[in-house]
This record gives sequence, C-alpha cells and structure tokens, in this order.
Amino acid sequence: MHELSIVTSIVETVTETLAAQPDSSRGSRVLEVRLRVGALASVIPESLEFCWGIVSEGTPLEGSRLVVNMLPVVVHCASCGQDATLEGVQSFRCPRCGEPCSDMRQGRELEIDSIEIEDGEVKV
Amino acid sequence: MTTRIVELRRGILKKNDELAAGLRASYAAAGVLVLNLVSSPGTGKTAFLERTLKELKAKGLRVAALVGDLETDNDARRLASSGAPVRQINTHGICHLDAEMIGRHLDGWEGVKLEGLDYLFIENVGNLVCPSSYDLGEKIRVALLSVTEGEDKPLKYPTLFNSADAAVITKMDIAEACSFDRELALRNINEIRPGIRIFETSAKTGAGMEEWLVYLAAERALRSGTPDFK
Repeated sequence: MHELSIVTSIVETVTETLAAQPDSSRGSRVLEVRLRVGALASVIPESLEFCWGIVSEGTPLEGSRLVVNMLPVVVHCASCGQDATLEGVQSFRCPRCGEPCSDMRQGRELEIDSIEIEDGEVKV
Repeated sequence: MTTRIVELRRGILKKNDELAAGLRASYAAAGVLVLNLVSSPGTGKTAFLERTLKELKAKGLRVAALVGDLETDNDARRLASSGAPVRQINTHGICHLDAEMIGRHLDGWEGVKLEGLDYLFIENVGNLVCPSSYDLGEKIRVALLSVTEGEDKPLKYPTLFNSADAAVITKMDIAEACSFDRELALRNINEIRPGIRIFETSAKTGAGMEEWLVYLAAERALRSGTPDFK
C-alpha cells in the first residue's frame, strides 16, 4: 500500500543523484534503476512497477526500467554458528538444525543498488 | 552517447531513518520511553492504550499519546478521557505514520515537552503492512493481535511480527466465545519472532495488564536505573 511513497522517494533520490553528477552528465537520462529488496521489506515488486511509469513521467527517469532484486532472509544460527538462508518467511528456524533463530542478517533491505544512465551531449 | 552504471547503495527510506535517529536521540536525552503500537484496524489498540494510560497515571507517572488515523479525532477524544495529553495525527489517506509526522506533532504540542514525560505512546494507523517499514525512533515496537482475528495473523503478516519487540494479545475476555486457540497463536508468534515477550490481556477486565505495566517499568529502568514501580 505504501509503494507509491517508496517509488516517489526513489525518483527523488535518483533525480538528486543525477543533479550531483559532473557537468558532462547534464541532460542525461536514466535507463535502468536496480533495487535490492529483502523478503521482509513488505514491498510488492508488481506494485512498484505499477507506480513506476506514473511517478517517473516528466522526470529524467521517464521510460526507464525498474529491476527488483529480491533477497531471501538470512539468519545467524547460534547453535550451528553459521548463517543460513531461509526458504520463506513463515518460520524463523535454522534449516540445518531446526533451532529458532532471531538474529537476522539479511531480509529487510530496501535500497537503490545502482542506476544505469545515458550521458547527454558532451561539452567540447 | 555513452551509458554507464552509477553505484548508489542508498536506503530508499533513508530520509525517514535519519529523522528517526534524531527522534531516538531526543527521546533518550529526555529520558522518556517511547512505544509504537501497531495492529490491524479493530484489534483494540485504543482500548488497550486507554487502560495503559489510566493505570500509569494512577501510579503517578507522566504519560502522553500521539494517535494516528486517516481521518477524525475520535480516538484522541476517547484517549483524552484518561486525563493524559493526547494529540491526533490525521494522515489524510497515508497508510502509516512516519518520523516527519511525529517530529512535527511533537514540536507544536502545546503544554507537552518530552522532558516532562516518563512514557510516550504512539498509536499507529491500523494497518499490518506499511507501518513496519517506518521507524519512528521508538524503543519498543508492539504488535497487537486480538482473539477475534485468527491465530495465523503472524504467519500472514510476518514482517510486522518479526520487527516487533513485544506482542500483545487483546480481548482475552472473549477468547472462549471465539474458540481462540491460544497455544496455536503463541506458537505462530514464536515461529515468526522467536523468544518475543507476549502479553495476554483484556482491557475490559484488566487481565494481564499488571504484567504489561511491570514490563514497561523494567524497560524504562534499563535507562533510568531504578524502576518506576515493581
């Protein structure tokens, strides 16, 4: 439900990033935006894509692709002393030994990983 | 035309996280314990909070509440009957509270200063999804679940229960009438958030409230050194 605010925030951040690029990048446009989204981030990729076109319209991101890289939950198991990747988000137990694990190492990410940009006209 | 990749590695909610960090520091400096109550609409957050405010006030503690809803100040008026200062935050369509809204409503709150409080409760907008992404700088996030909602709520909404520091089951007085399977509910909460403290309460009869209040006092004592009561 809050995907619209999230997409708005992404578009703002990327626009600011472009503005902070060197002069030669003036007039450049964004081709692709890559996100890292944890399985527990409460964000639905389809809903992000649904808002993407609407929010990016009229910005340097217009027409760009959104690539969402979903990350599974990784917990640290105190009994095994190792990290373990969970298959889902229905049970926080070590898949090796079955012990409950509350020490999460991955799964809540909600980040812009990178953007691909096409530079505008280079000044001579 | 050339294309290139720019690495950002930047949190999408970074602005909220930064504001929340500022709030967390100001709560700590003022010595106030801040809690964020999250649940579906209708779980009984307001009734539970009303009882909590009254009981803490009766113990001579200084309490206040911020309450979020899309529209109306019904909850604020209801909570104000406890005698504690209460301020309504209307989000006008936004499905969660964020750190900016909290900061703005704390700043302009007539007669209430963080330094003058022992406990501040934030009742979030009734929603089991979005509030879990927004840090409000709270020390304790409380996920509430009523006996009428079904024991599998924690499995359906794992993010919220996984990010909570404590869980409260409400309306225990009607548990039997709802054929509430207590063992199953406790097991499901523990499956999503192993080891979390769980309180089984009724705002109507007062069941479980004393244990909850003692927990609050102990949490505040982690900072102040001496519990407000035992």
